[in-house]
Amino acid sequence: MEILIVQTLNSLFYASILFLIACGLTLVYGVMRIVNMAHGNIYAVGAYVAAWTIGLAVAAKFPVAMLFFLLLSGAGAAALLGAALEPTLLRPLYRRAEEYQLLITFGLLLILEDLMRLLWGSHPLTASELPDAFGSVHILAAAYPGYNLFVIVVGIVAAGALWAFVYRTRFGVILRATAQDMRMAAALGVDVKRVYVLAFAIGCFLAGLGGAVVMPISGAVLGMGVDALILAFVVVVIGGLGSLEGALVGALIVGAVRTLGITYFAEIELAVLYLIAAVVLFVRPAGLFGRA
Amino acid sequence: MTTATPTTPPPGGGTPPQRGGDSLLAVQEISKAFGDNLAVDRVSLTIERGALVGLIGSNGAGKTTLVNLVSGLFRVDRGRLSFEGRDITHLSVNERIRAGIARSFQLVNLFDHLSVLDNVVLTVFAREGKTRRMLSPAESDVAVHDEAHEVLRQFGLDAKAATLAIELSQGERKLLDIAVACALRPRLLFLDEPTSGVRTREKAPIMDIVTSIVRSGHFTAVIIEHDMDVVFRYSDRIVAMHQGRILADGTPDEIRANDEVTTTLLGEHVHQ
Amino acid sequence: MSAVISVAPRSMMAAWQLWACAAVIAVLAVLPWIIDPFQTLQISYGLIFAVAALGFNLLLGYTGLLSFGHAAFFGTGAYAAALLLKFLGVKSMELYIVGGVGASLLLGVIMGAVCVRYTRIFFSILALALSQVLWSLALKFFWVSGGTDGLRVPTPTLLGGLVEAAADKTAFLAHQYYYYVLVVSLAAVAIMWLMVRSPFGVALQAIRDNEVRAEFVGVRVRRYRFIAFVASAGFTGLAGTLWVPLNGLTTPDILYWPFSGKIVFMAVLGGFRTFLGPIVGAFVYNYLETFAVGYTIYWQLLLGVILVVLVLAMPAGLVGTAIQLFKHSRNPAR
Repeated sequence: MEILIVQTLNSLFYASILFLIACGLTLVYGVMRIVNMAHGNIYAVGAYVAAWTIGLAVAAKFPVAMLFFLLLSGAGAAALLGAALEPTLLRPLYRRAEEYQLLITFGLLLILEDLMRLLWGSHPLTASELPDAFGSVHILAAAYPGYNLFVIVVGIVAAGALWAFVYRTRFGVILRATAQDMRMAAALGVDVKRVYVLAFAIGCFLAGLGGAVVMPISGAVLGMGVDALILAFVVVVIGGLGSLEGALVGALIVGAVRTLGITYFAEIELAVLYLIAAVVLFVRPAGLFGRA
Repeated sequence: MTTATPTTPPPGGGTPPQRGGDSLLAVQEISKAFGDNLAVDRVSLTIERGALVGLIGSNGAGKTTLVNLVSGLFRVDRGRLSFEGRDITHLSVNERIRAGIARSFQLVNLFDHLSVLDNVVLTVFAREGKTRRMLSPAESDVAVHDEAHEVLRQFGLDAKAATLAIELSQGERKLLDIAVACALRPRLLFLDEPTSGVRTREKAPIMDIVTSIVRSGHFTAVIIEHDMDVVFRYSDRIVAMHQGRILADGTPDEIRANDEVTTTLLGEHVHQ
Repeated sequence: MSAVISVAPRSMMAAWQLWACAAVIAVLAVLPWIIDPFQTLQISYGLIFAVAALGFNLLLGYTGLLSFGHAAFFGTGAYAAALLLKFLGVKSMELYIVGGVGASLLLGVIMGAVCVRYTRIFFSILALALSQVLWSLALKFFWVSGGTDGLRVPTPTLLGGLVEAAADKTAFLAHQYYYYVLVVSLAAVAIMWLMVRSPFGVALQAIRDNEVRAEFVGVRVRRYRFIAFVASAGFTGLAGTLWVPLNGLTTPDILYWPFSGKIVFMAVLGGFRTFLGPIVGAFVYNYLETFAVGYTIYWQLLLGVILVVLVLAMPAGLVGTAIQLFKHSRNPAR
């Protein structure tokens, strides 16, 4: 019984992280029809910046409660980065063939990877103070890291906030209108440029948040960006590119498979995940919730 | 088996060729819906060999969807399609092309970064099944190149053979799109608004070329058009659609005399 | 879309082009006698990467599919040779090539079956992801692949055992093996050249330009993409097999995604809309990397910056831009 609880919570934990990364990717695609190859590295930037600010705060003897707020610094930095990148690197390419978009975001991936190495070196950074602060929580007879529960809560809150934002706010309406038909929206007076920058920044914020939140457990490590991109991609393939519900469901599925994988077929869990993605693609090419 | 004798119809309606020809295409009760929108609603139609049929209707009447369904871009929800007696309802686009159906597009679809000549050369290669050849140079096939030049000559595009397709004028691109479809030597040719987006003075030359090629090549053609002058001048038979259904089907004179058509459609026709 | 070079000029090959080719081949043939062994090895690497980049560009430049997973094929070509040595004691270069190309073609069939069902973005990331899966498998099954230590491949025998390395390995690599690589890569370039100018090649370009129209003239789009994918895999795999004796060692690094990025970079640097672009790009890249790696450990940053600049300012690449400038100077009116 305990194993079941732990496995379920682990699945939810992974799913929360995956959801944060994947929904950013899918939001950007849904609104702007862009797939950002560097999205995983934006997640990594979130992790690194959060680790760094928390490291500074710990040295300055900030109270632990404060440290949690500093996780947002990672998300914020990622958002700012996104807001700077969209108008400079992506906007010039909207009219050009899609390959160029992929090439430039790939170039960005390389740049960010080495910038993180340059700024923070090749040793992983972490912030163990945060998981320590939570300690273990007892559920029935099982002991489970409290911090992981915190992450699950963050994931749920983020999903809820995003849903409310997209479906209940005025800007959400504009966002959805632009996603459906950019030209029509522009003709109706929507400032598409502004919408794009904001959408991109939001996508980056979510990715950065994911990175920041996972960092105290897995550390900020070089190469985490590409690993995350690969997993995020499985999530959106399964869920359907452009669909937030799909990102949620996909994240849950991938989280579950990964948890089972690590326990029962550790060597090849990535291969198994991709096998599942391939099966989904064969059966429903647009993904479970995707629009054709 | 009789085929239509190639004649250019006099302007102002003309007479349809002998109706003794067998039916080339039989469309039976086909329907297609996109979500809530019933684009094509239980349409039935037969096209005889050798006919030049004008397909008219207001925007959203279902004309292009009908062409898309017959050519295979979309699958029908219901109904049956037969071509030359053969059931093609479930065939892929590729199989339908091989069976002898071809089309041009309303929004021109060309190989933009290939030359005008190569657009046609590729089509002929594909028709002849020669695209499998991987290790012999394309230029060495003189027969194919000669044929491509001949097609371009018929369409008045031979002078621009070396130009990239993307560099042609809109009217020339339309012609090339049609030329590519004709190069397939189809038995049934669909032309989707061959003169839309083209300057008025270019319309008649395009239609003259198209109709003379259709007649002399023994193609059967269905032409979607909004320009009523063009339709009445060049078609042997007119099919009018409205809201996914066939409204009327007859000779140009019959259609002109049909009150329902006149009020629904012709009132909207743009005077040039 | 900025100026694109039509890739099928009218005549087979202009006289001056034939002379230029002959001249280049002649120069390449005498190089080992003129320059020092280290430089000769650089040329070998250049030739090898040229084959890899040409293979890659069959997909990008000619079929319109951008693969970020070609490291998988290069690595398969290299590891096939290494595994043939490790498990079967094979030392013959010819057998290595058969094994390497065969394995790459097989991998191409497997990956292609999945990838070519999708286009553009999906294709690109799927290729990346599947090659990462291969990389992770190579790492995990370390008792087969040698793990991070990799597998050693000493000098092979050439021409069915006729030519063997004597004591001086460098001399062998800079002479006999250089000529072997030269001949094989020239053959590969020739085959690729024929392929892209064949009716098949024109069909691929048509698919690249307008897949709907291609379908509607009766070209089986998915099938042709698949064939192009498999052919591309074979070429890049061949490059990997030629590479491993030169490098002496194969490690999982060449299966890792940044290596795919290098191949992409080579083609884009040279100009992916031209035939020669990937070849030039491969040579220039090789020198660039040798220089950069010696200069800074942040060579990925340098590469990334150059790539971004290329895309924004010089999308036609070195060869493409040169051709544009040449055409412009002959015809300033246009």
